[in-house]
Amino acid sequence: MQITGKAHKFGDDISTDHIAPGRLFHLRSNLPELAKHVLEDADPNFAKNVQPGDFVVGGNNFGLGSSREHAPTIIKLAGVGAVMAKTFARIFFRNAINVGLPVLVCDTDKINAGDQLTVDLSEGVVNNLTTGDRLTFSPLPDAMIKILNDGGLVAHIEKHGDFKLD
Amino acid sequence: MGKTLAEKIIGMNAGKEVSAGEIVIANVTAALVQDGTGPLAVKQLQKLNLEKAAHPDKTVLFLDHSAPASRKELANDHMTLRQFADKTGAQLSDVGNGICHTVVNEDYINPGDLLIGADSHTCTGGALCAFSTGMGSTDVAIGMALGKTWLRVPETYRVNVTGDFPVGVYPKDLILYLIGMIGADGATYKALEFGGPTIDKMDMEGRFTLSNMAVEAGAKAGLIASDKVTRDYLKKWKRVNKWQEIYPDPDADYEKIIDIDVRQLKPTVSYPHTVDNTREIEQAVSDNVKVHQVFLGTCTNSRLSDWAIFAGIVKGKKPAPGVRVIAVPGSKKVEAELMKHGYLQTVMEFGAMILPPGCGPCVGVHGGILGDNENVIATQNRNFRGRMGNPEGNIYLASPATVAASALTGYISDPREFSRILKPLGTIPDPVKLTRAKAAKKTAATKKKAKKAVKKVAKKAVKKAKKKAAKKATKKKAAKKTTVKKKTAKKKR
Ligand code: SF4
Repeated sequence: MQITGKAHKFGDDISTDHIAPGRLFHLRSNLPELAKHVLEDADPNFAKNVQPGDFVVGGNNFGLGSSREHAPTIIKLAGVGAVMAKTFARIFFRNAINVGLPVLVCDTDKINAGDQLTVDLSEGVVNNLTTGDRLTFSPLPDAMIKILNDGGLVAHIEKHGDFKLD
Repeated sequence: MGKTLAEKIIGMNAGKEVSAGEIVIANVTAALVQDGTGPLAVKQLQKLNLEKAAHPDKTVLFLDHSAPASRKELANDHMTLRQFADKTGAQLSDVGNGICHTVVNEDYINPGDLLIGADSHTCTGGALCAFSTGMGSTDVAIGMALGKTWLRVPETYRVNVTGDFPVGVYPKDLILYLIGMIGADGATYKALEFGGPTIDKMDMEGRFTLSNMAVEAGAKAGLIASDKVTRDYLKKWKRVNKWQEIYPDPDADYEKIIDIDVRQLKPTVSYPHTVDNTREIEQAVSDNVKVHQVFLGTCTNSRLSDWAIFAGIVKGKKPAPGVRVIAVPGSKKVEAELMKHGYLQTVMEFGAMILPPGCGPCVGVHGGILGDNENVIATQNRNFRGRMGNPEGNIYLASPATVAASALTGYISDPREFSRILKPLGTIPDPVKLTRAKAAKKTAATKKKAKKAVKKVAKKAVKKAKKKAAKKATKKKAAKKTTVKKKTAKKKR
């Protein structure tokens, strides 16, 4: 599967509080509304600027903090094609797979804000059309690929009635 | 090769021997969601037509993050969880009952359990030697409905702790120091395992503080062996029968070993906006950080001993002008203990606002939101931008002692300046024992008094009896005299 879009660059330690702040707690049962505020505390203009297929590009430890699954869910709802970072926080990473949002571990220092990127999920490659760089990303664990391929954890259980990871 | 605590406990719940790196399906023996994550969990189960709880007695739904509800949307979310509890028989921990991680330890989980919780600080339960870890709503929803989940068995970093804590330094300072050292992602995907002589001696409340913050270093769990201290804690909450001893094997395979001697630690403060941005207190003091709000609470430090330390410092005093103080007991049970021991009264008289047991201002939903450029010093576990409701506010993290000292001066302050009041951690009188000792003293005093009273009465009685006897004797004598007189008179006649 190929996704093409523009890079939106963020720094290290983007927390779930940056992505889905606690002060908007009351919108958690209204996800499309909450998605209008996605990443607001890191970049107040992001939600306005993001186009379908664009990429969120972080540094180290992307998604640290709370377990709120609303964070990857609203990134996906905003139309983001994938999140790339040098490293991810554990719960965010797992949640992203569960909600069907691709998360890629790669050297994001080679990506600048505004770069045009193409991601090939099955080949594990990011092509930077602006700079000509070709980045590879580490493959996901098999169990996660199965869940992602089924379209997330709910779809996985719906399909198999149970965990079917081997 | 021996097993780490993580491998042991996951193995117990997977029904086989497991090793780090393996992906396993394991039984979920306990599950929790809270009012921020639970409604989404319920919705996912509704989508799957799977609205049930595999273990309803140990599936707990907490209304704690927005409690009591601050908006109608959140009140409606509460209703979703109430209805789910009704439908499935799951436990509802209602508004005002306390923070999920405080209550779940008091009332639900035991050594060897596998607890998954839709809240990142679920790792707190690791102090009870349960494999406790935070996950998202969908993972926990499926886990509680099916009674199982998938897990990657984590590698373990062993943290060996030695030495006695210096005066004014606490488990909170130890964990802040560790996170400052290894970084906010220093243990991502790993389990932290705390051990060593200092941990062996540490009470459960201190251990909870350590395990609670494991996730702030990215860890999946923060585990501590189940020993006599664990046993005493379960005894306190009347389920000592659920205790089992669990230790890591001496030849367990650790990915890394970190040694810390707490004798070299100082009171430590995390600066905005990341937890690993730590400074020693001397630095913080010389930075002259003004404090507008002070917060004692959260799943990190809102138990009896935390309040005891705070109350010890502020007793009989007032906050510095312009400082507002918010204090929130971790649970209803903690609140009852605080009342019994007088700490609630002390902190109230000091001038604190006491909010109902729950998360309080920690997550920026209600009560205690900061103004622009205001600073708070808090006992909580994280200080990300916007965490307490305003991205323009600054959150500093510290121990209850440092927070109390700062409330008195209006600037971040060194609690060791109050060392006349403070005692080394090991010798802080256990409040429970203290009351018992007090009570014993009282009974002894009453007994003594009673004895004295009895003696007095007895003495009085003897005196009275003697007097009576004497009176009788005089009367008899007099009577005799009269008779003699009469007799003589008769003779004369
Ligand atoms: S007290 Fe704070 S950190 Fe703890 S569960 Fe509540 S919101 Fe989360």
